[in-house]
Amino acid sequence: MAAERKDFESNQAMRQVMNNYFVELTKGAENGKKTAWCTSVGPAELLLSLGFNVYFPENHGAMLGASRMATDLIPLANAQGYSPDICSYLTADIGSYLAKQSPFHKMKLSGPPRADVLVFNTNQCRDVKDWFQFYAREWDVPCIGIHSPRAPGELDGAMIKGVARQIEQLVEPLEKVAGQKFDIDRLREVIGSSRRCTELWREVLETASNVPSPISFFDETIQMGPAVVLRGTQPAIDYYSLLLKELKQRVADGVAAVDGESFRIYWEGMPIWGKLKDLSTQFMHLKACVVASTYCNSWIFDALDPRDPFESMARAYSSIFICRSDDPKERYIEEMVEKYKVNGILYHDAKTCPNNSNCRYQMPQRLQARLGIPYMIVNGDLNDLRLYSDEQTRTNIEAFVEQLAEA
Amino acid sequence: MSHYCGIDVGASAAKLVLIDGDGKIVARALRRSGVAYAETAEACLTEALASAGLRKEDVAHAVSTGYGRHNVPWAGDSSTEIACHGKGIFHYYQKAVSVIDIGAQDNKVIHLDGSGRRTNFKMNRKCAAGTGAFLEEIAYRMNLDVGELDRLAEKSTKDLSLGSFCTVFAATEILARIRDGERVEDIVKGAFRSVVKRVMEMDVIEGDLAVSGGVVAHNPLLVTLIGESFGRRPFVPPEPQFVGAFGAALFARERTRKEATP
Repeated sequence: MAAERKDFESNQAMRQVMNNYFVELTKGAENGKKTAWCTSVGPAELLLSLGFNVYFPENHGAMLGASRMATDLIPLANAQGYSPDICSYLTADIGSYLAKQSPFHKMKLSGPPRADVLVFNTNQCRDVKDWFQFYAREWDVPCIGIHSPRAPGELDGAMIKGVARQIEQLVEPLEKVAGQKFDIDRLREVIGSSRRCTELWREVLETASNVPSPISFFDETIQMGPAVVLRGTQPAIDYYSLLLKELKQRVADGVAAVDGESFRIYWEGMPIWGKLKDLSTQFMHLKACVVASTYCNSWIFDALDPRDPFESMARAYSSIFICRSDDPKERYIEEMVEKYKVNGILYHDAKTCPNNSNCRYQMPQRLQARLGIPYMIVNGDLNDLRLYSDEQTRTNIEAFVEQLAEA
Repeated sequence: MSHYCGIDVGASAAKLVLIDGDGKIVARALRRSGVAYAETAEACLTEALASAGLRKEDVAHAVSTGYGRHNVPWAGDSSTEIACHGKGIFHYYQKAVSVIDIGAQDNKVIHLDGSGRRTNFKMNRKCAAGTGAFLEEIAYRMNLDVGELDRLAEKSTKDLSLGSFCTVFAATEILARIRDGERVEDIVKGAFRSVVKRVMEMDVIEGDLAVSGGVVAHNPLLVTLIGESFGRRPFVPPEPQFVGAFGAALFARERTRKEATP
């Protein structure tokens, strides 16, 4: 009998929260709201404070992947000159736009909302800007953003001040689109709310440090929805308070995400959205729980501080894992391995996401030497399943768990 | 109930080994895997039992491995080919060793410590560069039988290198070499060298070396070239194509004994 992921009772509340968000997004224009597109680690708080409906196309990219629509839509963007080697969120999303097919339609919604302004932060990669510029050309709307430092080791004051200044410079053009004046007290309020969401999301993830873990990476990739698209709002705080309570109860009752948990694995890199169910099932059969990941932890913004809105946003968004050099990345993973009592690390080498594939510059070998735990590499992709081999991945994972069992 | 079976249903061929309680091989069977893995496995078992004069009931336990490992209904359990090739080689070699398994569809490098415990392994990336499938493609492009490659490459007198990583690009490169008037035997040896290069890119291999799999079984020159490239002669087990199946049979024996231990 196939092992099934254990549903959370809170799921119904999450579906409601997410559904309300999507409905509000698609009704923005008729409700007199302006829509800002924002990269997932872009200045969402500033946009919310100016009254925008904030839409995150990376979330749509992940939905295209998880619904397995992406692999059919990507070729449409390829044919238009967007290479199969670049971000498959970008190519899937543009393919979706060209084909007028979206998971939104399955929710009986009209589709992703048209942008009044597109706001990027290149802290993740250059692709997000290229992605937004496509729509800026399509709709003749402004595309503005922040160019973040790439791959710093330590963040110095000058870097942070530079990014903070860039965020401040967005205020004036955004006021024009929003048709309302910037209010710093409102921004402080939103940042406070975002910070609270972050703290709760962190607590949710940290319940996985228990043995056995009450939650797995595969659950977290679903549960992270509100942290990504609703940070800075009360519904996200309410939802994570509810989920946290359920998780604490699971811990108290000894309920494991993976029955008979025998191995604890760290997932480094992007999820493989179209294979979450298959992979979750395989790990369950192998009694291995993927207890932590860089990906799900990337929506924890400890630096956010309502007392210092611009600089704290700059610090929060410039210190994320993806835009750092290997030294801080390795320190981070070392801490995670210790905190979550990890036996082995799985690196996902996502073909179209070089910025979030961290096994290409010898990191696995260095960490193995320091930590003394084995690693494996899955060659795949976040969205483009043409770049993924079921059979090879299955054997690779099975052989890895065999090796952990021998250790 | 004194015998044990290992079956390796690979991408290209299915290999079966029957061993007795002492680990001695009493029968082997080999067939193309085809498309009906369960039928192929059954045919292999029938053939091996007949040749050893045994009945199904004489097999205490069977372990399957290879890509078709989950399609052998009568196997008691399964292990990956990484585990089985390691197990098979260590039975013969009994020292810390790195195993290079060149299969039809993928390559593996398996590191074993002095007790036979796996310390690490690597599989090739999903592309077929450097695998048996690569040599099959080259043979097809040159209108040769795969079985002829080794004999031809042995006659080579010139070092010819193929630069492309991708199998399709390498095949195109070969067409250019043919156009330039290069000899077939030199081109084939160049393709063999390309296989070795792809393996060397997979991992750092220090210490002793062993090879396994059907590709080295059919192409002894490849073993020589691996030795030249790594600067040391690899250990070649008896019947390298059957090492995975043999390892699976050893697991079958080991697991039966463990279960029998009170």
